[in-house]
Amino acid sequence: MNSGELVDSFVVPVHPHTVLAPEKNEGWGKLRQAYEEAAKRIEDSGADLLIIYSTTWPSVIGHQIQADPNPQWVMVDHDFHDLGSIEYSFNIDSQFAHAWNEANKKRGLQSRTVSYQGFPIDVGSVVALTLLNPDNKIPAVIVSSNVYSNRSETTVLAKACLDVIKSTGRKAVAVTAMSLSNRMFTENIDPKEDRIHSLKDDEWNLKILEFLSEGRLEDVSQLSRTIHQQIRVQKVVTFKPMWWLSAMNDNRNNLTGEVLAYEALHGAGGAVVHLNPTPSGVGDKEYDEDDIEVFGGERGVLDVVEEPESPLENKSNGPDLWEPTDAEGSVNSDAAPKPVGAYPHARRVGNMLYLSGVGPRQPGTNSIPGGPIHDENGAPCNYDIKAQTHAVIDNISRILEEAGSSIDKVLDVTSFLVDMDRDFQGYNEVWAETLGKVGPTRTTLAIRALPTPIAVEMKVIAQI
Amino acid sequence: MTKGEIVAGCLAPHPPHLVYAENPPQNEPTAEGGWEQLRWGYERLRESLSDIDYDVIVVLSPHWQTYIGTHFLGLPHFKNLSVDPVFPNLFRYNYDLDVDVDLAKQIHDKAEQAGLTVKMMTNPDFRVDYGTITTGHMFNPKWDKPMVVISSNRSSAYYSVDVMQEMMIELGKVTREAIIESGKKAVVIASNSLSHRHFTTESEVPEDMSKEHITSHAMHLWDMRIIDYMRSGQCQRIIDEMPEFTEQAIAESDGGAFSWLLSTLEVPDYPAILHGYGTIIGTGNAIVEWPVYKHKEGE
Repeated sequence: MNSGELVDSFVVPVHPHTVLAPEKNEGWGKLRQAYEEAAKRIEDSGADLLIIYSTTWPSVIGHQIQADPNPQWVMVDHDFHDLGSIEYSFNIDSQFAHAWNEANKKRGLQSRTVSYQGFPIDVGSVVALTLLNPDNKIPAVIVSSNVYSNRSETTVLAKACLDVIKSTGRKAVAVTAMSLSNRMFTENIDPKEDRIHSLKDDEWNLKILEFLSEGRLEDVSQLSRTIHQQIRVQKVVTFKPMWWLSAMNDNRNNLTGEVLAYEALHGAGGAVVHLNPTPSGVGDKEYDEDDIEVFGGERGVLDVVEEPESPLENKSNGPDLWEPTDAEGSVNSDAAPKPVGAYPHARRVGNMLYLSGVGPRQPGTNSIPGGPIHDENGAPCNYDIKAQTHAVIDNISRILEEAGSSIDKVLDVTSFLVDMDRDFQGYNEVWAETLGKVGPTRTTLAIRALPTPIAVEMKVIAQI
Repeated sequence: MTKGEIVAGCLAPHPPHLVYAENPPQNEPTAEGGWEQLRWGYERLRESLSDIDYDVIVVLSPHWQTYIGTHFLGLPHFKNLSVDPVFPNLFRYNYDLDVDVDLAKQIHDKAEQAGLTVKMMTNPDFRVDYGTITTGHMFNPKWDKPMVVISSNRSSAYYSVDVMQEMMIELGKVTREAIIESGKKAVVIASNSLSHRHFTTESEVPEDMSKEHITSHAMHLWDMRIIDYMRSGQCQRIIDEMPEFTEQAIAESDGGAFSWLLSTLEVPDYPAILHGYGTIIGTGNAIVEWPVYKHKEGE
């Protein structure tokens, strides 16, 4: 089955006022009404899954996914405990939670499910599920926000979620429980006096909402770091939910957006925004950040993973590495991966350049973008052929540039794939976007194996 | 009325791993041990204070995070299940603690008079943060002393470490005054670690000590520098360097507990006792005692 899809997305506020005290402030009441309108739209959408990414559930060890089928407890906010308590009993799709957890791991993420009696579900999730799904008709999942994760990790988290939505045929709604500006008043205030903390915060919030109302989610996502610096108190969780939500929507800028409400919550900016995947007609700009498929663990610098003792030793990704040979006419680049035998990266003859077979391994780390095709024990891995193909072409470019040539002077390419059936389409798509535009002749062969656990290698002839 | 006094001050961090490793009956998960250096450090701290008479434990925990001033538990009794939202696999603890509401209110009132924003927490459904519970268990596993539990005002996030410290020094002063006026003998505790950069992975067996070490050399240097100041009675230097320490070691002193503690102790110039140091998922943790009872001159 491959019919699952994201049918809607929402941005919703996290503070408990909308549940416990909507009558105390006109704005809080408007947010409550907007929440109720969002709940109605979700029900009308025919969605069968609610996915909550909550900024008020920070995690340290990767991401955590709630998997208790029926978590129940009483939530009291750490700051606004005087507003009262929220008793909750939610309908969690445990099966989806476990599947997402596995999908995360396949894409290189640290991830685990949690299912413990009395687990303290965070205020943002409690508020969102209480108001968006009051009768628990729609099963839900909740994911934490990792305090250390960067954009690539957050993007991969979304892609893993989409994998499961698609493979299980679900009609899902993505929800980010978050504030816009998150600076609250640091003193108690009369509820009637509530307002956005500063003019500056208000102006930024309005700009964000202008973008979202035009469906320009990816633009907001790309501004995320700037927004965080400008209007966010430096709490542990940054303005990450837009990264996740944009990736859930294929990093599009032409969604159909509508701001249902925007009001102050003790000074912070709270908004209910509806983002529908129907194209709005606004031009969809390019996605200009790394479109990572598998998380390689940039944060691994803090881990206890043992690094290779020598840069030339390569225990995990195939045979030992060699320094390139340097016979006359040889061209070698520090920006290309080390050879796995006694040969140069390229050899120049007149104005012609003959490259040795080039794979996707990365110079220095020897890591394989998109992941290896099998692990150290030979067990198959779920690699990404597009990421590998991109990396091959990047390596070719570096060698060509070292020789004074460039990618647009490539004349002939012989490509080797270890799994033609699985990989030809993805390889071909990347080719079309890159070398296909240059126009070299090409031959593509299926072979049994390559010396390292890679899926693609190219042999190139170019002019200088 | 007899004047009250602070009999000891302690740095007593709260990683739930310590409770997990100790396997107390209140905690559901069980372990094969682990983090012994720190657990033995807590044993030494308890032993050191075993002959000291006191009435109340006053603790400031970084995990009751409040952004609208400083809050105080304001009901006499709290009983509930505490599940750590970050390490739920390690910490699911049934707690049962008494609060000295009178003293809490006295500190609250004095802080309010000093211009600080404060609030009493009187919602009976409130779950006490796991930091308070962990420190409470490791410091006093019998739970036979009432506590005053103070929230961590995250003013460092809103303003700066300097502003936070200014506020926490003021809170420390009024805490001290309230304790003296109460006629009670108190132990004051800051429930924070030192350097606070975590590993982002957890080993298959969480108590696998072959995987445990500080996250970086820089963190180690900062931890040792701060410990050296404590051991040599140079706490003013800690106050002076708190902004740099907090920023560069990503230290849990950002929650204000450490500054507050040193202020309650009038920034000690006598040596503290280091009962233990160790790392927990890479963060630096020291168990330290300021034996005020040995330095009562000037009271």
